[in-house]
Amino acid sequence: MPVWDWGYAFQVLPQLLRALLVTLEITVLGSVVALVLGLVIAVVRRAHVPVLDQLLWAVVEFIRSTPLLVQVFFLYFALPRFGVTLSALTVGVIGLGVHYATYTSEVYRAGIDAVPRGQWEAATALSLSRGRTWTGVILPQAIPRVLPALGNYVISMFKEVPLLLAISVIEVVNKAKELGSATFRFTEPYTIAGLLFLVLSYPASILIRRLERRRAAV
Amino acid sequence: MPPSEPMIIFDGVEKRFGDHVVLRDLDFTVAPGEHVCLIGPSGSGKTTILRLLMTLEKVDAGTIRVGGECLSHMERDGAMVPADEKYCRTVRKRIGMVFQQFNLFPNMTVRGNLIEAPTRVLGLSKDEANVRAAELLELVGLSDKIDAHPTQLSGGQQQRVAIARALAMRPEVLLLDEVTSALDPELVAGVLNLLRDLGASTDITFLCVTHEMGFARDFSDRVLMFDAGRVIEDAAPATLFTAPDHQRTKDFLHAVIDRT
Repeated sequence: MPVWDWGYAFQVLPQLLRALLVTLEITVLGSVVALVLGLVIAVVRRAHVPVLDQLLWAVVEFIRSTPLLVQVFFLYFALPRFGVTLSALTVGVIGLGVHYATYTSEVYRAGIDAVPRGQWEAATALSLSRGRTWTGVILPQAIPRVLPALGNYVISMFKEVPLLLAISVIEVVNKAKELGSATFRFTEPYTIAGLLFLVLSYPASILIRRLERRRAAV
Repeated sequence: MPPSEPMIIFDGVEKRFGDHVVLRDLDFTVAPGEHVCLIGPSGSGKTTILRLLMTLEKVDAGTIRVGGECLSHMERDGAMVPADEKYCRTVRKRIGMVFQQFNLFPNMTVRGNLIEAPTRVLGLSKDEANVRAAELLELVGLSDKIDAHPTQLSGGQQQRVAIARALAMRPEVLLLDEVTSALDPELVAGVLNLLRDLGASTDITFLCVTHEMGFARDFSDRVLMFDAGRVIEDAAPATLFTAPDHQRTKDFLHAVIDRT
């Protein structure tokens, strides 16, 4: 038996590509949750509402200080006891999305803090409403600055999707494991799965580095 | 507002930052259309006065009235309570401010900067706001820069746009906070001349903090000399600059005028 069987590799490739779509779907949906929720957390925390602020701080710290795997297990196995049953895919999206929202909220916060105080004051002097000050003045300056950092978190999240095999989501690595178990040939499927990640994340990180350089040049 | 009432009234105003008292028991008034310059050493509380008027800071004691309306307090259930954000927003529409650091919005073009507040706050249509923006840019001599971004402009040009942006709100009171301090020396005269023209051609009430004594002298109707949070001298520029009463004023003027 050869170490690498090209025929077998080409035979499993289509199935792995289909499973990759699941990985991408979770990454995209999880990113939407992480990017939107992170922004909401950052903006709400900036308002320094007494009790709410401490509460959000505690939740963010808790989520960041516990393993993602434990959070995913909790959502998948413990929540049904409280009457909330979610599909594995939903748990994956929520688990990754919320976990990463705690990181992106810090990124947004740094971007917001980097907007000079004079911008807030000019908005006040022009009587702009609070909402318009955020959407018209502060965020359009804060977000472009942090796009590279946000992009890096999206790539990290993409690479963490295989963790969801723990709750039987058939993403690309789980698919590779399945195929290997059926044929006792693991080399080809796992290698292909790894390469698929490389083929997607490497160009993405180059793109982000280019974005970073362009912003630094401005 | 009765015609005889001052445009701006500070009544027993006190402002502290922590233990540091910036303004103590401050009383002064500014008549409608009057041009008043605030001079004095750094840290004497001049800029704080403008920031209180713009509601960027809140008073610790006393009251401020602008155009007959109370700015620092509002009436609620028959009692005067400190003004909240919503109340401040309605009153401060009458006041415009130009900052030392210009503070144009870098994410918008010059046009965007000029039409933002008139459309969003005053409810002007885009067309009306564009007409107003074009008129104001002509006034400040930058008609060709309407589609430029603030970062493409010199400091002097940015400050002219900032002045136009404040004027676009048709303020009754314009606050100028050391508006030429961040400019290259050769750009200062252009901005000051623009302000002189504005002062002569409008009935806006001006309150300026400045270190440009020549400008204070020929622009203002009255000059207030500040020291340690108090007005120590309040006089017409002709008097204050030639025959000041206080030794502190004399020393200050010597130091500032010798420097330039």
